[in-house]
Parts: sequence; C-alpha cells; structure tokens
Amino acid sequence: LGALRWHFLLQSLEDLQKNLCQLGSCLLVIQGEYERVLRDHIQKWNITQVTLDAEMEPFYKEMEANIRRLGEELGFEVLSLVGHSLYDTKRILDLNGGTPPLTYKRFLHILSLLGDPEVPVRNLTAEDFQRCRPPDPGLAECYRVPLPVDLEIPLESLSPWRGGETEGLQRLEQHLTDQGWVTSFTKPRTIPNSLLPSTTGLSPYFSTGCLSVRTFFYRLSNIYAQAKHHSLPPVSLQGQLLWREFFYTVASATPNFTKMAGNPICLQINWYEDAERLHKWKTAQTGFPWIDAIMTQLRQEGWIHHLARHAVACFLTRGDLWISWEEGMKVFEELLLDADYSINAGNWMWLSASAFFHQYTRIFCPVRFGKRTDPEGQYIRKYLPVLKNFPSKYIYEPWTASE
Amino acid sequence: MKRGRKTNDANSSSSEETTEKESKRHKVLDKQTIAVQSPDWANLLQDIILQVFQYLPLLDRAHASQVCRSWNQVFHMPDLWRCFEFELNQPATSYLRATHPELIKQIIKRHSNHLQYVSFKVDSSKESAEAACDILSQLVNCSLKTLGLISTARPSFMDLPKSHFISALTVVFVNSKSLSSLKIDDTPVDDPSLKVLVANNSDTLKLLKMSSCPHVSPAGILCVADQCHGLRELALNYHLLSDELLLALSSEKHVRLEHLRIDVVSENPGQTQFHTIQKSSWDAFIKHSPKVNLVMYFFLYEEEFDPFFRYEIPVTHLYFGRSVSKDVLGRVGMTCPRLVELVVCANGLRPLDEELIRIAERCKYLSAVGLGECEVSCSAFVEFVKMCGGRLSQLSIMEEVLIPDQKYSLEQIHWEVSKHLGRVWFPDMMPTW
Repeated sequence: LGALRWHFLLQSLEDLQKNLCQLGSCLLVIQGEYERVLRDHIQKWNITQVTLDAEMEPFYKEMEANIRRLGEELGFEVLSLVGHSLYDTKRILDLNGGTPPLTYKRFLHILSLLGDPEVPVRNLTAEDFQRCRPPDPGLAECYRVPLPVDLEIPLESLSPWRGGETEGLQRLEQHLTDQGWVTSFTKPRTIPNSLLPSTTGLSPYFSTGCLSVRTFFYRLSNIYAQAKHHSLPPVSLQGQLLWREFFYTVASATPNFTKMAGNPICLQINWYEDAERLHKWKTAQTGFPWIDAIMTQLRQEGWIHHLARHAVACFLTRGDLWISWEEGMKVFEELLLDADYSINAGNWMWLSASAFFHQYTRIFCPVRFGKRTDPEGQYIRKYLPVLKNFPSKYIYEPWTASE
Repeated sequence: MKRGRKTNDANSSSSEETTEKESKRHKVLDKQTIAVQSPDWANLLQDIILQVFQYLPLLDRAHASQVCRSWNQVFHMPDLWRCFEFELNQPATSYLRATHPELIKQIIKRHSNHLQYVSFKVDSSKESAEAACDILSQLVNCSLKTLGLISTARPSFMDLPKSHFISALTVVFVNSKSLSSLKIDDTPVDDPSLKVLVANNSDTLKLLKMSSCPHVSPAGILCVADQCHGLRELALNYHLLSDELLLALSSEKHVRLEHLRIDVVSENPGQTQFHTIQKSSWDAFIKHSPKVNLVMYFFLYEEEFDPFFRYEIPVTHLYFGRSVSKDVLGRVGMTCPRLVELVVCANGLRPLDEELIRIAERCKYLSAVGLGECEVSCSAFVEFVKMCGGRLSQLSIMEEVLIPDQKYSLEQIHWEVSKHLGRVWFPDMMPTW
C-alpha cells in the first residue's frame, strides 16, 4: 500500500471512531496477526461473537475459515454477512450453472433473474447501544486508531480525497443531486473537467467500505423511478455498481485470478520483461504527455478517471510496451485509493485483452485518445507543468513541433 | 499375475493327459480365473493404450510411459508423433514454459520420420529462433505435411542471418516433397527459397501464409502461383500483389481459390508508394473463384488511401487498423458490393451517418460490423440496422460511438436496434473502472 492509501484508511477509521462515539460506543483497533489477536483477547474480554463481511479474496476466505475453526475451538460464534457486494455472489454462480458469467450481457441476464438486491439495513441509533456496556476509557486510548507517524508515512496526505463515511455520504448526496441529467436522458460526454479529481466520485468509498453499495443502488433506483421516461433498465445509471459486481463474481470463482499462470480465464501471452520501460511508465517518463500526465495524477492524488485508466493500461500492455498486466496491476494496487482485488485484476485483464473477449479488441492511441477527450490539453498542462505553455497543436505530440 | 501363470502351467502339464475338449475347457476356465483376479494393466492391448494416450497431454503421456515396457513402447508409436508443437522460449525473458531440450533431442533421434504436422512457437529472442532453425536443419528424414513458424511476440526470425534461416528452411522443403500447408509469416524467406519450395512441393501445396516477408518480390510469389495449381489459401502483403499474380491464380489449370488475405501496411506516413491493380485483374480473379473470401487489412495513415477504392473490388472482409477518413468509407460503400465484414478502428470525429447508410444499401451481404473510435448519430444507426435487418449477425459497436439526438436517446436505441435485429442487443461496453 502506498502512503496515500494508508492516509485514506486512517482517515476512514478516525471517522468511524468519531461517529461511534457520538452514539455512545467506540472503536478499538487491535494490531497484530488475526489469530494471535483473537487468542489473546477472546477470554480476556469475554468475547462471544465475531462478525465479518463475507469475503471473496482467497486470503480472506481462508481467514474466515480459520476464524470459524477458532470459534469452535475457543467457543465463540462467527457471523459473516454479505456486505461488499449487492448480491450474494454464490447465488449468481448457482444461477449460471456453477460458473461465473464471463460477459457483461450474460451477467445482466442472470441479475434480472435474481431481482433487486436486498435493501440496506437501517442506520444505527444511540438506542442500539444502550444495552451495551461501554468499554473502559483506558482501553480507548490503548487501542486508538494509528497515527501516520506510527506507520512511518508522511504526516500529511496531499490528496484531495479524504476518507471516511461522513465524507462519503456528503459526496453521495452531491452525486445524486448532479444526476439531474438523468431526467433529460443525455449521457454526459467525457469533458476535460471529468478527468480532474471528482468531487462526486465514490469509488474509493466503496472499496474501503465507507459507503454501502446497496444504499447507493437504492438511492439511484429511486431517482430513476421518478424520472419521466421508463424505457431503459437502469443499467446505465448503476453501471459502476454492476461492473463491480461482475468482477467480484468472476474473481470469487476463479483460482489465481490476479495472475496469468494457472488462471483458467486468462490468455497466456508472452509479455516482454523490461524493467526500464516499466519504470518509465510507472514514474511518468514515457514521453507521451497524455500518458505521463495521467500517471502523475495517479501518484499525486491516488485517483484517475476510468478512461484515463484505460489509456495507461492499454499503453503498458497491448498497445505499446507489451509488458505484463500483472506489473500494471501491482502499480495500481500501490497507488490507487480504490484499488480492489477483483476490480483491479479484472480490468487489467480486460484492457490487456487477456480475458473477457469482445469480438474486436480496442486499442487506445496515446495521442489521439487524449486529443479527443481534451483538445486544448488543459489536463496535461495541469499535471505536467513543464508543458504549461506549449501550444495545443503539439501538446499531445511534442516531438512533432519544430525546434 | 504370477499366480495366473502358474495355474496355466499346472493346467498345461496336466492337459497332455486329458482330451483336447477337456483341455480347452480348462483353458477357458483359466482365463475366467485370471479375469476374476486383479486386472493386468500391463497386458492391456496396446491399441487400447494408444487410444487412451491420444487423449493425454504430452507431459502426462511421458509420465505414463515410465510405468512399464509395454506402455513405453506405445509412447513411442508413430501415431503419437505425427503432430508436434515445439515451444521455444528463453527462461530468462519469457513467462511461458518451453519444450524440454531432452525431449527435443529424443524427438529428433527417434521420431523425426514420424512427424507430419509441425509448428514452432518462438518468443522474441534470437536464441529461440536459432533453436528453431537448428531443429529444422535436422529434420532430414521428415516428410512434413504442414509446417508453421509462429512468433508469439516480436518476430525473432527476422533477427537471424538470412542465410542461416534459409538453409534450415530449405532442408524441409527439399525433404518433405508433400508439403500441403506452410505458415512463414514474419520470416526472412526469399525468392530462391520459394523456388526450392515450388520445385519439390508444387503438386501438394494448398495453403501458404507469408505476410510481412520483406525479402520476397512479386516475381517470387508469382513463381508459386504459376506452379502450385492446388493453392487454395494465400496470405501476403500488398507489395507482392500484382496483376500477373491475380491472373496466374485465375488460370484454367489453377483450382478455385478459397481465401486470399492481403495486408496493406505502412510503417511511416508517406514512406511507401502503393501501386495500383487493374480492375480487369480483379474481374478475372472473381470470375475464376466466385466464392473466394478476399480479406484485406489496412494499416495506413489517412492520407495514403488515394490508390484504393477507386473502382469495384471484390473484397469480403475489410479491416481498418488505424484511422480511416469519412471520404474513404464513402468510397467503400460505392466499390465493395461483396462486403461481408467491416471493422473500423477509428475515424475523425465527424458522424458517419451517410457512409453507413450507403454501405447498408449497396453491401447486401454485410453481416458483421465493428466500430471503434467513430461517431454515428442514433437515428442514422437505427436506419442502418433497419436496412440490414437480421442479416447482421455480428454488431460490435463501442458505446461511445452512438450520439444521442432528438429522435433517440442512448437508452432507447438498444431497444430499437434489438427490435430490428430480432434479438437482444447492447452496444459493447468497456467496464467502468
């Protein structure tokens, strides 16, 4: 995890702590290896129940299985509930004959058979905690949320994104207000502004669990229901959520999902090993201003627009450098605030044409694609100050300019 | 097993004293007794083992061959060595496994005369290409029917000294004498080696794929067309195409061509001058082979399309790998009546409404369309689909291609298009990352 991701996480935990305190409870953060922590604290604190979100990543699936075993051994109940995804992915697999749908269309068809996801649970109130004994004040200090200095990362995050449910909910409200375009039914064309850090972007809040995907789903459904025309399924509005669900489902049922070797859905391609070029891509030194501006924003802020992700992912793999998507995935894992096991690997495989095949593969041109999105090059000027005064005509291809 | 044998011996010694009938009965009984005891894997008929082995991947077969002598014999039977794919990757730079060098040695030693259908998958390193040539040079007792040289990454055969490659390839050409299918794209094959190919295999050659072979000249490929009258599939670059070639492929002695693929490639804008082909040559070509698939891949810069689509051309599958202008697409509509599949990677940003509608009107066989970075208004797109109707079995349109207008929004268009196609249709969506 990069420093920006840590900051986001810590901010999220602080926010959770603050909100719980307002309800008369509090958050205790215990650091250490999970089995050790449980063994130490079960008896000490008389713990009778451990709850966790149902997990899909292999590491966490194993963790859940281990915790269940510990539960039998040490005598506590283990409760796991579907929280990360809209649906219980096992049901999606069952309806598709035990295997995950590998095309989005097929996936949508299966979802239509499932009907709507479960409604989100109601909010917590102070009454919910009245029967709980508050923990000793001393404990709160001992098990506080770690500070940046504890993790040896820089004190401040320079990213405009702040973690936490409070911030997430504010953005959610703003996002829904902005959905005014829904009623006029025109899809927003990608405008240069949308490449800039979004004030209504929600992806890091979903991936860290600050916001519930089901809450968002139902809020969007309500808006849609109020709009005048009903001819289209709300696929396009809830697209972000459904793509996420798609990748979660595939990942949950595919071994070695984050690797090429041993991954049954991934094409085995003879990528080049080129540490130097990979480094140049990672550090925004490819010489293509469009690519370098995107990689600069990624490093500085931890978020880039999804079209920007397409551009740099294609560039690294199928488009220009022919380097393995696994390398790109690792860089995104480090730098992206919303990096997610399933979505990251899934998209990298998609963009490198390693899986999820269309009939025709699309390659994004590192010059032309940027020009279409932002003809005046404002985005490049912002993130590559060295090109601030470069004429728009050449800013995407500086090598074509005369001396 | 031993027990079984002992019983046999015991019986055969006593059978001398009994009648023939009785001894037969004893023998039948023995077989039954043996069958009731544990089945003898080693005595399994070799034909059966061979059948089973044919289902196993090589590694599993190799393991099985270590079990006993009989199974080992089956492992080396010619039928299991007719097809082989040599995978040559350098471990230092490749993600993929390579065929074990020991196995390669064994094959050359014991099975080279069994090999008939061979391919080489080679990574981007020169060593792998050299290793492939090394093996080829040793296939002296081989009578190959198919040979494929496949570059899985950057073409490394081109890094070899030309003579080295040619001499290795010639070994196969001379020894095989019944080559039917040859794939040598991205290799330094040249005119003289094609002559050798023709001298030895003219009666049997049916398929020849040699895209991106820069050392071959139009005369070289013409020699192949002139002599190999059974040639049914050919793939080459545009610079090798000539009027003479098309006429040679259409001569009375020549079979009907089934598949002709032409790659029109330009590395740097303005660098290559593309010659023109006479309309009469295409006419003769199509008259001789009316059902041929003519596949053309264009990797040109927008300003280089001048010589093309000026008159009717019998192309069936058309792929524009780079950006192509509205003007050229307009000409395509006018000149390609046999068009079956059209893929456009990108276009300047003006809507292709008229051009698409013209294509729907005039290309009555069009059944597959793919549009990448283009723009089409929703109304025009619906009109296009309406005109083509259900014959469009493949319609891959990126979501961003469709521009909503007064008549249709994006949400409505999927419904309209589905109606006209007679099946549920959505544009291609890239994931929202």
